This record gives sequence, C-alpha cells and structure tokens, in this order.
Amino acid sequence: MKETPLSNCERDFVLLAVREKKRLDGRQTYDYRKVRIAFGTEYGCCVVELGKTRVLAQVSCELVSPKPSRPSEGVLFFNLELSPMASPGFEQGRQSEMAIEMNRLLERCLRSSRSVDTESLCVISGEKVWQVRTDIHALNHDGNIMDAAVIAANAALAHFRRPDVTVQGEEVTLYSVEDRDPVPLTIHHMPLTTTFAFFHEGSRLLVDPTRLEERVMEGRLLVAMNKHRELCALQASGGIRLLQDQVLRCSHVASVKVLELTEIIQRALENDVQARKEGRCCGLAESLPVQRVTVACAHDAVVNNEEARRRADEVVKCAEEPADTEGAVYHRGPHTAQVGEGLVNSWVVDDNEPKSEEEQEEAMDDGDLEGVKVENEEVEELSDDSVVILETQHRAPNVVQLSDGSEEDEVIILSGKDLMNVSSKGCTKETNSSDDVMEVIITETKKPRKRSK
Amino acid sequence: MAETANVVVLMPGETLQLPNSEASLTPAQELVLGPGLRRDDGGTVVATKAGVLRRRDPNVYWIDSHQKRYVPVRGEMVIGIVAAKSVDLFKVDIGSSEHASLSYLAFEGATKRNRPNLQVGDLVFTRLLVANKDMEPEVVCVDSAGRANGLGQLSGDGFLIHTSLEFCRRLLTPGCPLIASLSAVCPCEITVGMNGRVWLRAKALWPAAVAAALLERSNCIETEQMKSQLQNLTDCLANF
Repeated sequence: MKETPLSNCERDFVLLAVREKKRLDGRQTYDYRKVRIAFGTEYGCCVVELGKTRVLAQVSCELVSPKPSRPSEGVLFFNLELSPMASPGFEQGRQSEMAIEMNRLLERCLRSSRSVDTESLCVISGEKVWQVRTDIHALNHDGNIMDAAVIAANAALAHFRRPDVTVQGEEVTLYSVEDRDPVPLTIHHMPLTTTFAFFHEGSRLLVDPTRLEERVMEGRLLVAMNKHRELCALQASGGIRLLQDQVLRCSHVASVKVLELTEIIQRALENDVQARKEGRCCGLAESLPVQRVTVACAHDAVVNNEEARRRADEVVKCAEEPADTEGAVYHRGPHTAQVGEGLVNSWVVDDNEPKSEEEQEEAMDDGDLEGVKVENEEVEELSDDSVVILETQHRAPNVVQLSDGSEEDEVIILSGKDLMNVSSKGCTKETNSSDDVMEVIITETKKPRKRSK
Repeated sequence: MAETANVVVLMPGETLQLPNSEASLTPAQELVLGPGLRRDDGGTVVATKAGVLRRRDPNVYWIDSHQKRYVPVRGEMVIGIVAAKSVDLFKVDIGSSEHASLSYLAFEGATKRNRPNLQVGDLVFTRLLVANKDMEPEVVCVDSAGRANGLGQLSGDGFLIHTSLEFCRRLLTPGCPLIASLSAVCPCEITVGMNGRVWLRAKALWPAAVAAALLERSNCIETEQMKSQLQNLTDCLANF
C-alpha cells in the first residue's frame, strides 16, 4: 500500500522548528524518547518501545555444522523483518532497500564487532556448533527502527539461555532444559547505535528522529559504540556531506547516549532475573504497561443486555442435545482399537491436515452407507476441480492414493472383515475385492477448495 | 452528555430494535441511517460495526465506533493531500485505498485557461462527489451551484494532524467544548476533515503546532482534563 504523502505544511513546520531547535513532542535536540524494555517468559524474547516505535526480538539456537573456513566458531544470524504491520508503506515479501540496509548494519554492528563470543558456541570442532539466530520484527514504525532493533537484539542476546552441553572425549551430552539449567551466552560488550538526523544542509541535527522528522531529514548518521567508548560501526547515508568535527561531535554525543542505554538494558535484565528468582510472574503481559484510557470522571452508563440474554436462552433451548457417546472400545488386534462406529466426519476437514494419524482405523461399516452417502452429496456440490477430502467409490482394490501432507508412509485400508487380521499400523495393506469394502481415499489437489454452504 | 439512561451497545450483525411502535421496520419507514447501520434484504436494520448506538430525533440513527482508516462516503468533506498532477486532473490522497481524482475545472472560477495553482504536497479541502467500492473516488472543490463555499486549497502556515474518525466527528458536533476551550486560549482557524485529518492555523506556526499536538492528545480525555492541559499550553506558548 502506498504511504500517505507528506504534505508541504508538515514539512515546512518541521524544518522551521528544527531551525529554532524545537521539536513537536517537546524534546531537546539530543534527547531520546522514552525507552521501555520488556522480556517474555521464554528466554531470549524481548520487546523494546522507543516512544511509539515497537520492536520484538527473539533469539533461538540450534546445532549445525560450522562454516568450513571457521570450524571451531559458532554462527550468528540476524534477520530484521519490516512487515506491513509496522507501516503501510512496507511491502511483505520483497525486502526494500531500507530493510537490506538495516540488515547489513545489524550484521556489521553485532557480528563483526564480535560482541558475542563465538568460540564458546563450538561443541565439536568441525562438526557441530551452535547457530544463534536473532529474529527481529518491527511492530510499529514511528521513526528510528534501527536503534530500537539494536537495543532489542542486545537485550535479547543477553537474556537468552542455550541448552548446556558437555563433551568428554568423544562423548557429547546435550542436556535438556529440565536436566540442567540453560546457560547464558558469553557477551563481551554491547554495541548500541545512535541515529542522528541532519537538516538544513548539515547545519542542524536531531537525535532519535520520529517518523515525521525522518521523512523530512536530508541525511542520517548512525554511530555504533559500546560503553567502553569503542566505535563499532559508522554509517552515513542520504548523501549528506559532513565535516570532520561534526562526526567527532556526534560520536561524543553517542558515547553519552550509549552509556545511558546500556544502563537501561542492564537494569531491565536485572529486574527480570530478580522476578524469575522470586517466582513472580514474568513475561510480556506483566511487564508491558497496561494501556488504559483513564478519565478524571467517568459517566456511568447502564447497558441493557436483556436482549442478549434472552437470545442466548433461546439458542440454548433450541440446541440439540449432545449425542450420547458410548465409551466402548473394541480391540481388533495388537496395536489396533476401534472407538465408536466410524461415522461420517462431521468436523470441517482441512486440506493439509494429515488425515487421522491418531485414529488407527478408517473402517466404514456396511451399516453406515447412509452416512457415507451424505458425505457424497456434499462432495458433489463442490466443483470438479476442488479438493475432495472424502470420496467414496467402488474402485478396484489395491488402489491407494497417498496424501501429500501425511507423514505416514502408507495408508491402510481396512475392511470390516479383515480388521481382525491387521497386525500393525503401517505394515500391511489389505487387499480385498469384496463389494462391501468401502475404500476411503484421501486426495489432495493443489487448487483451493470451494466450501459448500 | 451525562447520560445515565440506557445506552445500547451493538455488535456487528445485531438488529436494531426501535423503541416505540416501529417494531417491524417496514421499508416505508423514513429512517436515516448513519455509519455502522445498514438495511438488509429483509428490510431490518442491521449493525455492521461494534459501538454505541446514537440517535438524533426524530429518526436519525448511527453507531459510534473507533476507526482510523477512512472509507469514502459520498457528500463528505475531507482534507486531501495532492499526490500527483496529470494533464487535466490532480490525484489527491484522502486516506482511502485509492487516490481520489480532482479535476482542474472543479474549482470556483476555473476555466480551461485559468488553472488552479496547486502543487504536489498542498492541502485541499474537498467534497466527495463519487464514492463507491467499485470506482476510484472523485472529489470536487465546488458545490453544486459552482461556489467554493469554504472548499479549496488550505494555504498559509498551518499544521496537519492525523486522528481517528470518531474524534473528528466529535469535533464537528455543534458547540463542541474542546474547540471552545481551545479557541479561548489560542484563537485559530480549524478545518476538520471527515477522513481523520484536522488542519489548524494560528497567528504563528508554533502556537498552531502546539495546539495541534494538544488536540491530538485530547482524543481520550474529557473536557475538564483538557482545561488543565490548556494551562500547560499557555505556559508553553508564553515561553516561546
């Protein structure tokens, strides 16, 4: 979808305000918006709010083979997604230029700076290493997604715990979460970024631009540093020419900001550790502030719900009684049991659902011919091209069509007579040329199914 | 609006039950249905949005619901941003799924020689002439008699804010206390578009912008709270 065009009056206002060193939300030139960090119940899940910009980061890990050039180092993978949820101007699927630039910046800032120790992620050199994957989603775009994403990535990596592994000679033991407490990653430092927006040919700058300011700015400078005043990355974009002392000044400002941000992250991490230790509820639902609209005086309004109640009673009265299900279980043989009589599936059946992995049998008794016929009628209403989930036909035996989505290798066709002979699931195929056999064939086609009303 | 009377909340799909003798709503009944209500095939009035049912005597009904996306409705006045210029018309963004078209001749006193002086990015206050789901919307800056009547370009130093649709409707109710209290502190010219856009112009750019920011925040507060916010506003203005 196209983004709302920027009107001239908004642009003029921002430029005028910047010239007079004012901002619409009342901030000063070097002020950041309010940063809120919340962690989820899972380790490695973090939501960061920078004003109205919201970003979610999730860290996960798995064992993979290492890169051939670096056999004893783990792999770090970063992915930033800009979906239309964040802003209508973002396109789903194809990565825009901005997304590619941001992804590249993330990698440079976090991976190239060696903030996470990759040597400790090695399990067996040359064979198995941990791949730590950070997925960052932009939830709302109100300017400066980059800073929020970097804060979220750092906080999530610091929060994350990976399963413990011990290596004794040739033996590798991977402990599950229940056996041993998961282990945090080794983090050397936290590189954080500060974004500067330039206006009026570089003569004015703003820190942490909002969406409106970002649309008007002429150029951007991004400084990535850690709290030890080590510069990790520097990126100037937008085609603006900056003087040497401007860049130096920006890096000084950035060092101050990064210090504050690191403190905020550390505090949030400590609070989370404390909350988990004390057994308090932790997680996003608890830590994110409840967004409530409070008014000084509220008018009481009596809502008349008699109508709704009356209608609910009517519905309950007219509803059918739930069918009595007998709990009889018939043992047909080893590994095979039958519950109920194999009536027509009255649930809406999905195309991709692997058909009845739990149900051991698909026997249709002779007496249920009518039930099957009903299904057939339904089937006929669908167009010829559509997917037919249950088709009952009299076919030659041995015709078995395998469903694409099923994880079973074979489909068992059982008849009423041969149920006793079934030895185990997936091992025998019944061949029966009796007319009474109802063969249930599951087919899948690629075309969407039209639902009959 | 201190109502302690029964407030009817409707969910989509519920039928509207009228109080007095109009139990079965015949098509002959002269009902004016506003947003959120629709007559279905049987002739009954059905709610299509979730919200509070409002009524204006004698027979005007509508539903107040929260929405930020604008769906064009014929006859409404909206603020548009000129997105593109072509040979004989402007493409104006009014917040709907398609850009609306605004002909060069749809201005007061416009002829083939005398073209309106609008640039890309300018604001126009227009009225929807054509708005249905099958065609792109069309807007005009004149009424049926050919007079501007307040429509046209919004020029000068102003500021534009984007709010929800029901806030704009609230601002447009006659005698709105929000506007009254705001104008007591900072006299300004306000144009409210039904597509969730409000344009403000005050003596200088900065008071207009601050007043606009205040309006944006008063979406959810009552009038009394706004008075205290206005005090902050006067302090702000005094400083600058």
